[in-house]
Amino acid sequence: MMMRIFCMLALCVFMPLAAHAVQPDEVLQDKVMEQRARAISKQLRCLVCQGEDIDESAAGLARDLRLLVRERLVAGDSDADVLNFIQTRYGDYVLMKPPVAPRTWVLWMTPLLVLGAGFVLVWRMLRRPARKGARS
Amino acid sequence: MKPQIIRLIPLAVFVLLLALFAAPLLRGVDPAKLESAMIGREIPDFILPAALPEGHHFDRDDLAGAPAIINFFASWCVPCQAEQPWLAKMAAEDGIAVYGINYKDKPAALAPWLEKHGNPFKAIGADEEGRVAIEWGVYGVPETFIIDRGGIIRLRHVGPVTENEYRSMFKPLITEVMK
Repeated sequence: MMMRIFCMLALCVFMPLAAHAVQPDEVLQDKVMEQRARAISKQLRCLVCQGEDIDESAAGLARDLRLLVRERLVAGDSDADVLNFIQTRYGDYVLMKPPVAPRTWVLWMTPLLVLGAGFVLVWRMLRRPARKGARS
Repeated sequence: MKPQIIRLIPLAVFVLLLALFAAPLLRGVDPAKLESAMIGREIPDFILPAALPEGHHFDRDDLAGAPAIINFFASWCVPCQAEQPWLAKMAAEDGIAVYGINYKDKPAALAPWLEKHGNPFKAIGADEEGRVAIEWGVYGVPETFIIDRGGIIRLRHVGPVTENEYRSMFKPLITEVMK
């Protein structure tokens, strides 16, 4: 019984570590730069798996892009430069968070509009009180 | 009168959403196939070594001044086999230059594969690291591009070219860029 519990606990502790896709040979010596690379990687979508970012994906393309991100950083690019470099080749979809631009206003505004419409509806329902039993 | 209309709103929203989701399904659009950000842009700069020992290297200058098909493929890619006849048809019948970029492949595996499935390519460059593929915004094989005389990317197709794609997308655009 104790053994079982121990195994379960060990699994809980070590499973998340196994999920890391970044291979040891990819990691940069420079700790600060590696941190930046990890942060950038989390903002880039793996286009092969599409639901994952490249930091957590084991796909070959994700690895290539992780290496590219690190290479650009070492070459002196800013974080924005690196994201821009990949976005110009792969489009908006490669960004986990789509940019706010005229072409994406519908995307960003729709939830707000729906929320607003909901508020208006509720407000109007509350404002029209107890016309008891009145139907149509 | 008014509450009746309000009662119809959920139905209207439902029908609207249904139409929104059904339309791409009926048109046969695969949402996993992405629109390329490279359409309308100039081809990226690249130089690739020859994929075959006796072959010619392949770079951007080879594409100057003439329309072309660029096909990213690999011998380990099964769908790539299916499109070989259509690429051959483009090269032979439509008279457009077809170039291959051999993605993360081994020369030893490539030669027998070409022997078996045909070699419609004017030149094949070896992209062993997949870096040139990234320059083109490629995210898998096969992917096929059409570029025009001015070196502008006009079309990107993800997945194998089959009869359907050949007739509906490739043939009309090839005719246009060859004019």
